[in-house]
Amino acid sequence: MTGQLTNTRRYPRLVLGGRDLTVEVVFVTLVVLLVAVAASTSDTFLTQTNLTNLLKQMVTTGLLAFGMLVVILTGGIDLSVGSVVAFSGILSAGLVSGLPLPVAIVAGLAAGIVFGLINGTLVARFGLAPFVVTLAALTTIRGLAFVYSEVPISPENESFLTLGSAMVGPIPLSTVIMLAVFLVGGVFLTRTPAGRSIVAIGGNAETVRLAGINVRKHVILAYAISGACAGLAGVILASRVGIAQPSVGVAFELDAIAACVIGGASLAGGRGSAKATFGGVLVLVLINNLLNLYGVQSFWQQVLKGLIIIAVILVQRTNRART
Amino acid sequence: MSLELRGVHKDFGGVEVLHGVDLAGRPGEVLAVVGANGAGKSTLIKILSGALSMSAGEMWMDGERVGLRSPHDAHARGIRTVYQELTLVAQLSVTENLLMGNFPRRAGLIDWPAAHRRAGELLEEAGFGAIDPRTLAGRLSVARQQMVEIAKALVSRPRVLILDEPSAVLAGSDLDALFALIRRLQEQGVLIIYVSHRLAEVLDLATSIVVIKDGRVIETTEPARTGEDELIRLMAGRRLEQIYPGRRTERGEASLTVTGLTREGEFEDVSFTLHAGEIVGLFGLVGSGRSELARCVFGAEPAGAGEVRLPGGAGDFRTPGEAIAAGLALVTEDRKRSGLVLGMTVRDNIALTTLHSTRRGPLIDAARQRRDVTEMIDRLNIQPAHCASMAVVNLSGGNQQKAVLAKWLLVGPRVLILDEPTRGVDMATRVDIYRMIDELAREGLSVLLISSDLTEVLGATDRVLVMNQGRISGELRSDQTTEDEILAYSIGLTV
Repeated sequence: MTGQLTNTRRYPRLVLGGRDLTVEVVFVTLVVLLVAVAASTSDTFLTQTNLTNLLKQMVTTGLLAFGMLVVILTGGIDLSVGSVVAFSGILSAGLVSGLPLPVAIVAGLAAGIVFGLINGTLVARFGLAPFVVTLAALTTIRGLAFVYSEVPISPENESFLTLGSAMVGPIPLSTVIMLAVFLVGGVFLTRTPAGRSIVAIGGNAETVRLAGINVRKHVILAYAISGACAGLAGVILASRVGIAQPSVGVAFELDAIAACVIGGASLAGGRGSAKATFGGVLVLVLINNLLNLYGVQSFWQQVLKGLIIIAVILVQRTNRART
Repeated sequence: MSLELRGVHKDFGGVEVLHGVDLAGRPGEVLAVVGANGAGKSTLIKILSGALSMSAGEMWMDGERVGLRSPHDAHARGIRTVYQELTLVAQLSVTENLLMGNFPRRAGLIDWPAAHRRAGELLEEAGFGAIDPRTLAGRLSVARQQMVEIAKALVSRPRVLILDEPSAVLAGSDLDALFALIRRLQEQGVLIIYVSHRLAEVLDLATSIVVIKDGRVIETTEPARTGEDELIRLMAGRRLEQIYPGRRTERGEASLTVTGLTREGEFEDVSFTLHAGEIVGLFGLVGSGRSELARCVFGAEPAGAGEVRLPGGAGDFRTPGEAIAAGLALVTEDRKRSGLVLGMTVRDNIALTTLHSTRRGPLIDAARQRRDVTEMIDRLNIQPAHCASMAVVNLSGGNQQKAVLAKWLLVGPRVLILDEPTRGVDMATRVDIYRMIDELAREGLSVLLISSDLTEVLGATDRVLVMNQGRISGELRSDQTTEDEILAYSIGLTV
């Protein structure tokens, strides 16, 4: 709506060698600041136990946030991820007692993909609103998790725990997996035809359709990716905790959405990046960790987190108003 | 009310786009502002309507210096602007759009019968009585929506009315209604600032004409003292006869055959054949079904009956993808809604049609994509020349249109359908587009040029198909017909 342009102000951009590095600089500064505050005010922050913990904690939010980003880029939303975490976790924990470990893991992942395909098909093929479809999926899949097992399952097979506890040098294996997802995911979104199509669909689906690109297929793909990420997150979480609960993962979708939004993704679609979303995950997880270390009561943590999210987004907003 | 601008400057991020514009209008005047796209007209209008603030300069109204800080300020001072972009809320009725917040009430609740009556009166007064105020705005044709926009601007009885390309989507009797309205407002002492690319109507309506070029007023004149030729020369440094390249048909083999194509409620039993090397015009008033026909041929909408055939057997496309693969390309009429992804870069937009074919392994072949896009930017002379990584939304209208064209030329089509490719596009870009179309046709492409601009339909084509109410009502040779004849066919008068 160029016709409704209001008076514009300019904000400084950080450009280096022709590349706009504002996003990177903002997040690096923010993370360094948070780490510095944490390190100087808390004795426990820099201990190995806490850092390992931190790296493990960011896995779930990170995986869910990347999947969420892909869906948000199409202009949709996936509210079902928390329930998928529970279902995939409990499914793989249950199967592992009778089946080989890889089969159990793949089953958890596959369940996530199937739920994603169903969500995507309902949205793309039948034109239902993403919010409604995935809200229904949220309750349905949660129900299925309880149907599968009303009580928590502790897998008898010890090897099940490796996924969540193994270390690659100083870094947990699960964190490496999450980083790999972001790395491959970033390349997918910026450098593959399917990734670019997904971003473009969120910008203007009709233009993309008329350019001869199969919009439905790509929207379904986006939800399948989100489902896969949630499935993987569920298996890893169950493996880390050592017990799979049908009630786990309530409101996980909110942290995932928050990470995307902090990373500057537009809920209207078409704008957002893996890099910035990863920055959003870091900020979110650091804030959580910091508040824990300070011993802030969990209800106040929620309040503070909410306020911090608003503040970060406001800063983003003013920064973007430049054009 | 009299309104005056003195020495207005405007810069965006250090780049000055207006260099000291002076403008003056008195009550009852129709002040026409003409100029090529990028000349600064839109910026000027936004300053007049409070949407942008000036960097330097003064604005005076009735001898008082004023500073507009927002569109709201402008409204308060009696300035109303009707933009080219439609701003109606599609899901609300015409009545709600018109009265927006000023509903007649009864016992605290909205009195709907009275509201509809009032809206009907407002439309009647504006000369658009044919519109039913109970209709949802989104159900109206683009032309009718434009009329409601104008009626909406009149609700608060403005003293200055700014119209930005109001006639771009209007034709026939709708256009007459608009002109009659402008004359009535003029008599009531309203100052009208009228921006249009259609010079004939500017000459017809205006009391004075301001020509803007490169951010400066280069001429202030009156219709009696100038003509279309001179205005074009002033705007673009070109003569009228230089706009359209002379066509000489060298018609080749049939390239697209449409037989009995029908889509209920939109068009019926449409048959025509395009040939290689030929530019065929498709003229019809808004609502005649021409855009719908194009979308259907292209596989974007299913057909009810009939056949689309290409030599070699391909045809009856179920998706745009199939049509593109067979060698079709469609430049749609609304580039914001269906031509561009506004948030993406120029490169991403131009590369969209070849996204899935330009790959190396699983990844996009970035080097090739870059090369292809740069080549297209050069070939179509898209400005600024280094725009590949700019957001496409930051290009001027004419250059945006060229970007859409570039996207389609990249697939190497054999049949190119252009739906209103020059709407809201400046003269210099138009000339570029006509020359490009002509070149493509000479290379053996078939072009279907859909247009509601009679001069264009006559000047740029070999043959004209005329549509009326969903049917082809005439087929004429461009060098043997007249604007009157085409118009007669388009409104169903058989000559």
